[in-house]
Amino acid sequence: MLKQTEGSHAVAEAVALCRPEVICAYPISPQTHIVEALGQMVKSGELTPCEFINVESEFAAMSVAIGSSAAGARTYTATASQGLLFMAEAVYNASGLGLPIVMTVANRAIGAPINIWNDHSDSLSQRDSGWMQLFAETNQEAVDLHIQAFRLAEELSMPIMVCMDGFILTHAFERIDIPEPAQVDVYLPAFEPRQMLDPAEPVSIGAMVGPEAFMEVRYLAHAKQMQALELIPQYAGEFKQVFGRDSGGLVRPYRIEDADTVIIAMGSVLGTIKDVVDEMRAEGHKIGVLGIISYRPFPLQAVRAALANCKRFLVLEKSLAVGMGGILATDVRMAVTGSGLKGFTAIAGLGGRPIPKASLHPLFCRAEQEDLPPVTFVDLDEAAVNKQLERERLNRRSGPIAENILHDKGVISAKFG
Amino acid sequence: MEKPFAITLKPGSSLTNLTGTWRTSRPEYLDRLPPCNNACPAGENIQGWLFHAESGDYEQAWRALVENNPLPAVMGRVCYHPCESACNRSQLDEAVGINSVERFLGDEAIKRGWKFDAPATSTGKKILVVGAGPSGLSAAYHLARMGHRVEIHEAGPLAGGMMRFGIPKYRLPREVLDAEVQRILDMGVVLKLNTKIENIEASLRDGGFDAAFLAVGAHIGKRTYIPAGDATKIVDAVSVLRSMENEDKPMLGRRVVVYGGGNTAVDVARTVKRMGGEPIIVYRRTRDKAPAHDFEIEEALQEGVMIKWLSTIKQAGEGEIMVEKMALDEAGYPQPTGEFETLAADSVVLALGQDVDLSLLEGVAGLEVKNGVVQVGTNMMTGHPGIFAGGDMVPSERTVTVAVGHGKKAARHIDAWLRGETYAPPPKHELAEFGKLNTWYYSDAHKTVRPMLDILRRKTSFDEVQGGLDESNALFEARRCLSCGNCFECDNCYGVCPDNAVIKLGPGKRFQFNYDYCKGCGLCVAECPCGAIKMVAEDI
Amino acid sequence: MSFQPVKFYQTGTFTVGNRLLAPDERSVQAGQQRSNAINSGHRACQGCGEALGARYAIDAAMAASGGKLIAANATGCLEVFSTPYPESSWQLPWIHSLFGNAAAVATGIAAALKVKGKQDVRVVAQGGDGGTTDIGFGCLSGMFERNDDVLYICYDNQGYMNTGVQRSSATPPAARTATTMPLGPEPGNVFGQGKNVPEIAMAHGIPYVATATVADLRDLEYKVNKAMSLHGARYLHVFVPCPLGWGTASHDTIRMARLAKETGMFPVFEAEQGEVTSVLKIRHRLPVEEYLKPQRRFAHLFGKNAHPEIIERLQAIADRNIRKYGLLDEEGK
Repeated sequence: MLKQTEGSHAVAEAVALCRPEVICAYPISPQTHIVEALGQMVKSGELTPCEFINVESEFAAMSVAIGSSAAGARTYTATASQGLLFMAEAVYNASGLGLPIVMTVANRAIGAPINIWNDHSDSLSQRDSGWMQLFAETNQEAVDLHIQAFRLAEELSMPIMVCMDGFILTHAFERIDIPEPAQVDVYLPAFEPRQMLDPAEPVSIGAMVGPEAFMEVRYLAHAKQMQALELIPQYAGEFKQVFGRDSGGLVRPYRIEDADTVIIAMGSVLGTIKDVVDEMRAEGHKIGVLGIISYRPFPLQAVRAALANCKRFLVLEKSLAVGMGGILATDVRMAVTGSGLKGFTAIAGLGGRPIPKASLHPLFCRAEQEDLPPVTFVDLDEAAVNKQLERERLNRRSGPIAENILHDKGVISAKFG
Repeated sequence: MEKPFAITLKPGSSLTNLTGTWRTSRPEYLDRLPPCNNACPAGENIQGWLFHAESGDYEQAWRALVENNPLPAVMGRVCYHPCESACNRSQLDEAVGINSVERFLGDEAIKRGWKFDAPATSTGKKILVVGAGPSGLSAAYHLARMGHRVEIHEAGPLAGGMMRFGIPKYRLPREVLDAEVQRILDMGVVLKLNTKIENIEASLRDGGFDAAFLAVGAHIGKRTYIPAGDATKIVDAVSVLRSMENEDKPMLGRRVVVYGGGNTAVDVARTVKRMGGEPIIVYRRTRDKAPAHDFEIEEALQEGVMIKWLSTIKQAGEGEIMVEKMALDEAGYPQPTGEFETLAADSVVLALGQDVDLSLLEGVAGLEVKNGVVQVGTNMMTGHPGIFAGGDMVPSERTVTVAVGHGKKAARHIDAWLRGETYAPPPKHELAEFGKLNTWYYSDAHKTVRPMLDILRRKTSFDEVQGGLDESNALFEARRCLSCGNCFECDNCYGVCPDNAVIKLGPGKRFQFNYDYCKGCGLCVAECPCGAIKMVAEDI
Repeated sequence: MSFQPVKFYQTGTFTVGNRLLAPDERSVQAGQQRSNAINSGHRACQGCGEALGARYAIDAAMAASGGKLIAANATGCLEVFSTPYPESSWQLPWIHSLFGNAAAVATGIAAALKVKGKQDVRVVAQGGDGGTTDIGFGCLSGMFERNDDVLYICYDNQGYMNTGVQRSSATPPAARTATTMPLGPEPGNVFGQGKNVPEIAMAHGIPYVATATVADLRDLEYKVNKAMSLHGARYLHVFVPCPLGWGTASHDTIRMARLAKETGMFPVFEAEQGEVTSVLKIRHRLPVEEYLKPQRRFAHLFGKNAHPEIIERLQAIADRNIRKYGLLDEEGK
């Protein structure tokens, strides 16, 4: 059913269609609207049977989810940013125990400085947690990925984060096709746990495992994600059969067939990128786009194949490996190892900094010219940065960086100047 | 369910990990000797029969009791219960009233008509028991149980010996005694009354006996010289007590002086009181030096018996006697003071100890008599093969309980001797002293006091002074037993083991250690209330 | 003389079992069919109070729930010694997630059971004092506050024993641990206010809070039963001596628990809806020295450089407990 609705609300509806049995909620922007909506549905009886639990922290949210999932209930929660970090220990634990929890991450920057706006630092910080991570480009895709995520998680008995850009997607109102319950029921079978806590057949879950078997346990987690590389395209294909639209998969190429230059990115920024690419194509540039949907497992083969015919690529990412450069870019470079392809990294949009077409167009042109340093910081205020660096060189007690920068940029000069 | 690798495990699978290898010392169950059993001259397994009494199975308790002593109703009245003096519970609150429970069981047996089991086998051997007192009856009982034919030859007109002729009715009602004697006779033991043995060797030969057990009581009162006029009536205590059993009660007059400080003196004085007389006990030393049990003295005083301590009789005249006051010297011996006093006295009863009539032994080869008693070996046999002796006849304390013990002991040795063997008693278990117990686990519970007869009736009748316990009291009292040194299946070891290394075998079967898992922590030993487990070092 | 009512069977209710009791009056531990929820072969130290306390409590809960029980376990000794791959000692469905989240995991299990209509299956969470009073305290409080249908059992051995005997917020003042050494003018742990989790639990107004020790099985089983008869958040704090961490003989584990109770150092009570409803009276009151002396963690208070003033302060804590909870009976013994 087509609806003009908020991304968060649409996701809540999609989650509800998956008939979750336990939902743990702890407020953190920009994920709050999702669990608020689910809370309403449970409270009103619209979503039943379902236990909606207001927990006291994200750590508890994931812990409650671990318990309910282990007891055989389809379990969902959502978080973002600091919240994801606060639950980090339990995040690793859920995957270590092989519990198919589905969690929405409304991607948001990590402080300090505290910042509620979108980038991908939070979920990428959990890159090695053993969770699968699927990135939605649009709210429609966010809706669809949740439905696929439950199926994938439960098939493999491994948890999944569905990542959607905070505010940009979560708070955007747009037209979304909300699936029919009957369709979802056809696509998503009832949860049949691979293991569960059951007095009829007791097991001890969560053993202490020493050097003699720990590597094997970790390898098995890896092997499951390798299986996911097969299942993700398969489930996307079946999704299309049931719902009639393309959604999900490992990667999504756009105008890539004859492209010499390919721009690689994840999430909602792909929309802007595609607009720029369309413009540049109109101008005669041989440029295309590769959207990464499955960040974990990372589809090395699919990426390598997609880039087989190009001459160069630019990874534009909303995350920064401080002291090194790109996070996604590292993975992409891994995928094309030995191909001789030229690759560039652009860090953009950190902490919600807008990524306008006006900035992308020249960036892409320079990439085409191979006229870029290995890592470019898009729209960085170099003057402000340099001023601060200079200040620190001169003055031991140079003060707080963030406030100095704001002062230099005139944002709070009126107040504190 | 298919379990995920390594992180999920099969329940209870730790059984493959045998933690018993950690152990440096191991617990072991044992039975320690309870102090009551250790102190009992009759060798009763007191803790053993209390165990059954605790569960209300009085017949089983009685049967366990009579394994060692066929006279519980008698013993429950007249025994001076050294078991209670030894009882560990006295260090907690008060000793368990073992004697009163024994009496309860004995009385219950009489009331219910419980009989001894008939002997299973017959040995064909025939044994002569001389004397139907406690020792003779006990020996006869045990010998009969072993399958021997037993004949008791009793010089007196009734069975019971000193139990009948030495202990007043108010302490031992005769129907109780009769019932317990009859039960022994019901086993097939032959009792010949008024049959005095003149010559033991001749009797053995003539009767075709294979062995004899001599158990003649000390029925002859010791005399002392008291200058006295013809009119003064001087009798001995044993005669007085014996004549109480006859039609002709002794004629002692109103004012009766009893001379002596033992239990017999007290018995006579209390008997005199009941006959309407005014008894005065004259004793040369002090109360705390008197051989009579203090509770008996106390009861006598309550009943109005007068006692003159530190006095000796110097002279007896008509209607009066002269006593000299004594004083204790530094060594505690009484010395004359030269102070005299006159007491009105219609008669003087001498209670100065008793002797045994050993005339039946005259001419028997190998016998040795010393200090008026027959010498016997550790097997209770005299110097003459096949003739055993016990009770008052042999060097020992003269109590019913000791006599009963002798009877049992002699029976075992006679039985072995008849088979050409030597009876070796099983080794004694180590003693379960108080320090071996964990008394935390026992409820606080004070001893039950047995009812006493009203004082007026005590002074005027021969009704039994001390009553028995009723069923609930007896049960209460039995359950005060700490079961020292012997498992009573409290499940503590089974419960407190952090390693489930104790196997409970079920009611009556106790427990077993599972050394595959026992780590040797010793908690079971520390928390065993009754000290029935010990740690033993492992050979490592 | 004053008679006690004939209330007891030789050993009253103090021993584990009693052959003279009717079967339905016997303790769970006395039964040959007890579940042995934590089976032989576990790797707890000799004389481990926690292994014992856990079996006491979980067996009782198993009996009360007819075997329909699921346990969530915090990281700690109990978890490590019971489930090292490839063997588990647990005989019931059991999950270990993290150190600080047992209460929340249990909440999740309870939620799953509720939504699946399996409310006959009951949930317990368990952990040591570290996992309860320190790192797991947030989750515990959340579970209490929501009144989730979970019985949380804390096995309190007064320190982080698994990691090598460090101080927790349940470590008593003056006690030596690896992080509170007996050095300086105030040796051992500080005299803080402590963190009395049973009282904090009561402040949440939850249906049931109780303390117990491994020295009194019947009381412990009564409390587990009582807790299992109720729904909502329930808290049981079980005192479990640790031979390793306290420096006591392995055979003294139960004695130490008994002494803690008899000196007043550990008050044993129960509370409903935040109000104390009964206390286990002291049977034979003892000075705290009796409890402290056998423990090496208090050895610095005795001997050559004794600290009688510190012992006095500990006695004051015991006296306060006795006063506050009314631990002496009318005769004041």
